[in-house]
Amino acid sequence: MSDLRYTKDHEWVRVDGDIATVGISDYAQEALGDVVFVEVPEAGAEVAQGGEAGVIESVKAASEIYAPVTGEVVEGNAALDGDPALVNTAPLGDGWIFKVKVSDAAQLDTLMSEAEYQTFVEGLD
Amino acid sequence: MRYLPLTGDDRQAMLATIGAAAVDDLFCDVPESARLTEALNLPDHQGEIAVTRHMQALADRNVTAGDGPFFLGAGAYRHHVPASVQHLIQRGEFLTAYTPYQPEISQGTLQYLFEFQTQVARLTGMAVANASMYDGSTGCGEAVLMARRITKRKKAVLSGNLHPHYADVIETMTRFTDDHILRLPPVPQSGEDIAALIDQETSCVVVQNPDFFGHLIDLEPIAQAAHTAGALLIAVVTEVVSLGAVRSPGEMGADIVVGEGQSIGNALNFGGPYLGLFATRDRYVRQMPGRLCGQTVDAEGHRGFVLTLSTREQHIRREKATSNICTNSGLCSLAFTIHMALLGEAGLRRLAMLNHENAVALADAIDGIDGVEVLNSAFFNEFTCRVSNAAAVVERLAGQGIIAGVPASRFYSGLDDLLVLAATELNSDEDIDALASALQEAVQ
Amino acid sequence: MNRQGRPSAPGTVSDQAPKTFTGHQGLRLVEPLIFEVGAPDQTGVDLPKPKGGVNRLGGLERAAPVDLPGLSEPQVVRHFTRLSRKNYGIDMGFFPLGSCTMKHNPRLNEKVAGLAGFADVHPLQPESTVQGALALMDQLAHWLITLTGMPGIALSPKAGAHGELCGLMTIRAALEARGDARARVLVPDSAHGTNPATAALCGYVVDPIPADERGRVDLDAMTAKLDSDVAAIMLTNPNTCGLFETDIVEIARRVHEAGAFFYCDGANFNAIVGKVRPGDLGVDAMHINLHKTFSTPHGGGGPGSGPVVFSEALAPFVPPPWVVGGEGGFTLSETTGPESVGRMTAFHGQMGMFVRALTYMLSHGADGLKQVAEDAVLNANYVLETLKDVITASFEGPCMHEALFDDRFLKDTGVSTLDFAKALIDEGFHPMTMYFPLVVHGAMLIEPTETESKASLDEFIGAMRALAQAARDGDTDRFENAPVFAPVHRLDETQAARKPILTYQEPVPAEAAE
Repeated sequence: MSDLRYTKDHEWVRVDGDIATVGISDYAQEALGDVVFVEVPEAGAEVAQGGEAGVIESVKAASEIYAPVTGEVVEGNAALDGDPALVNTAPLGDGWIFKVKVSDAAQLDTLMSEAEYQTFVEGLD
Repeated sequence: MRYLPLTGDDRQAMLATIGAAAVDDLFCDVPESARLTEALNLPDHQGEIAVTRHMQALADRNVTAGDGPFFLGAGAYRHHVPASVQHLIQRGEFLTAYTPYQPEISQGTLQYLFEFQTQVARLTGMAVANASMYDGSTGCGEAVLMARRITKRKKAVLSGNLHPHYADVIETMTRFTDDHILRLPPVPQSGEDIAALIDQETSCVVVQNPDFFGHLIDLEPIAQAAHTAGALLIAVVTEVVSLGAVRSPGEMGADIVVGEGQSIGNALNFGGPYLGLFATRDRYVRQMPGRLCGQTVDAEGHRGFVLTLSTREQHIRREKATSNICTNSGLCSLAFTIHMALLGEAGLRRLAMLNHENAVALADAIDGIDGVEVLNSAFFNEFTCRVSNAAAVVERLAGQGIIAGVPASRFYSGLDDLLVLAATELNSDEDIDALASALQEAVQ
Repeated sequence: MNRQGRPSAPGTVSDQAPKTFTGHQGLRLVEPLIFEVGAPDQTGVDLPKPKGGVNRLGGLERAAPVDLPGLSEPQVVRHFTRLSRKNYGIDMGFFPLGSCTMKHNPRLNEKVAGLAGFADVHPLQPESTVQGALALMDQLAHWLITLTGMPGIALSPKAGAHGELCGLMTIRAALEARGDARARVLVPDSAHGTNPATAALCGYVVDPIPADERGRVDLDAMTAKLDSDVAAIMLTNPNTCGLFETDIVEIARRVHEAGAFFYCDGANFNAIVGKVRPGDLGVDAMHINLHKTFSTPHGGGGPGSGPVVFSEALAPFVPPPWVVGGEGGFTLSETTGPESVGRMTAFHGQMGMFVRALTYMLSHGADGLKQVAEDAVLNANYVLETLKDVITASFEGPCMHEALFDDRFLKDTGVSTLDFAKALIDEGFHPMTMYFPLVVHGAMLIEPTETESKASLDEFIGAMRALAQAARDGDTDRFENAPVFAPVHRLDETQAARKPILTYQEPVPAEAAE
């Protein structure tokens, strides 16, 4: 199984040291359809767990991206500006959205494992 | 009733299909107590002859701008509109179409909106323009809200020579947001130093050019001061014909340009419907209010147009939308596009120079009158003169069939001796002579 | 006469259309942009030559070209005529767009609005020269007040959403005047998007209230949310499901009991005009879309007009200007009273639309307007009744002026609401409103209006039933590729949004691009 942790709002987190990379799940990108724009948080912004960190837009919908953990944003994915389709083609890879310096590692324990998330998603349909 | 196709037999047959005895059965969900049981105290239906008679009688009680010498501007201008404009906008495919949400059967509307956006962007010297707002004044309020979203600051500084209705509308629109509006007093003789009032809290400065009193101003120093402080310059143009003669706001550094487009293609209409122009820089496009039309391709690869970046708008974003606006001034923007296509660069420049020349001739004709003093040194087709008790002068001249201009006292108590006059290509030398001699008589 | 032509006989035309050399296909004409055909020195307006030598522009004269092409009059007439033919309009056919009230636009309205006595009048002329215009505004106000049973009015709002803003701001001004700051506005899930957007613009937090299984406001859920922090409820009635809010009088009573105001979105007034007065239901403020109920043209997206009527309690707070009648004639009061919410727009509102709306009201009269509501409701119920065995109706009838269906009937067919609507284009109709309201899945909202004949409805009903059958039969090609008979096929909205092209850019010459 992967090292990803998931939220109920369909974000995933991958932790490397105290830096967490955040993106949206494959299920989420599928549900949104063609992503046309991503408002990525800027480096230096403070985000709080469950708070709004950005916006992801398809042609006919806009959804907030919620921060899975509290911390300071260290990098937004600049590639999404020119190529928002990365969220569709590589949601778990090049389509990542931002990186955050985790201020409370314990928050990670509140997130779902990959298997838990799969079960969660199956329950939605 | 000529607009209702159902016959009595149709109604009976349809009720039978539905299984209702009477049409009132279909209103059964309306609480009994609230149903109207008596006829309203309003007249019954009338034919075209009677209605036309009634409406013509009302129309006849107005003096029209074409009835005599006419020099009124102040945000609405009387210009020649080519005959083909009215003919084309009355085509049913334009007049009776809906908002182009179904692009496959709305390419006519969408293509002219794309042409309109391009015309407005080029005129104002900006990268992008939207598909129009209600009018210049509400567009101005939207621009202030947009500047706040971009700068995340709350203080807007309004020039004292911004059209007073526009300033009023901004104040209304921000009344229940926590914006701080600093509205400066009017400076009829020009020379306001608005740049000095820009600080680190300022989101935007709103400056009209030509201003309410007709003065032309160089926006560049104001733009520089604004940008140095991290604020935006919102340039307001109420007479869009001026852009054929004067440097564009974009060229002078404006970040958002708001305009009233009525002058091109649209009649005076006693104040509406008019046409709000709204243009900005590329990087602010996602913060714009209103509809945007964009180019794309269809399934066969042919060029086509769609409404785009709709996630900014209320029908998708609801309470998080950039504005609550839903309509644009569709048909007015069509009239603008057609008239501007007819004019072209050459026609627009000629039109602008004719306006300027007539205004200069008017200013020269009245400036020599004892008791009349023109305040403007630089102006386009509108200027202000000092004349004692301007409101009484306007009233007196109206009695002689001359609409002389607007007294500043209509907007500002205390400014009793100022008259704002405009001249356009529709004024003849005889009009100007008539005004000058009537004015001379009035001030004696 | 075509004596030379090859005689045609039924059945001899091939299904396969040849590819044309020009790109045109008979009456389906490709039309370039004006920027591709005009020239900067061409003009379609003959203006006198300026005398020259005059320049008091203060050194600000334009040096750079505007870069606007001009076209001669014949080119312009042809360009825009060709564009017009790529549009669908009410004049061409049935336009069952729910919630939008696409009714016939009488041409008398257009003729009257074009009279110089209305069109060629400046908003700032001396009052003595505009007595007819002021009288017209006064008469329009009288009609609207009488039809709604509400004593206060603001004519100036420029469109429905602008009227909502006017109404909600007035409510907030009234609350603040009594020192009663409140923070929330209740808005049903089924509301138009403008409602929450407007509430937000007034500084309120939007608090959604759910619908019950009958498609009406859930009275208990609403009551649970009603407290001293609620400023207003914004309710559309008849609602966006096409249903009359049966509990409306009780809703109004409870809202008032909580010290809040009742804002009614009047978008659907067409269904009840002449039958019910919103004032009798307890409404405090309501905008009226003149382009819906009173037939002013939609014009491809505007201009609209959204006068607002008010209850006694709110009347002191309405925005200027006001027309005041007196012995010496009418005057226009433009000053902002101490309690007024303030000016909503420059000048006095959409006069051109006032003229059209009053012309329409005089034409129909009180008796005709009642018939308008009755025929609109009858037509909608006829559509509901004749379709509901094959297309799933969301709620029990009777409905008011529009009938709501959802996509349950398309389950497992592979056809979506969007596909179904696009197939309707090929059948010669404008699609119904899709995916709104949000309270049912794959919504199809059909509003026939009162200006359709029974024959027109029957043709539409036949097409709907045939399409529903085709979807069930697995005839999915006609849906997936639809429309194939429109001037363009489905457009790539994703590309349009990812790489927005919002203005025309001159093509880069080949050598420069290398």
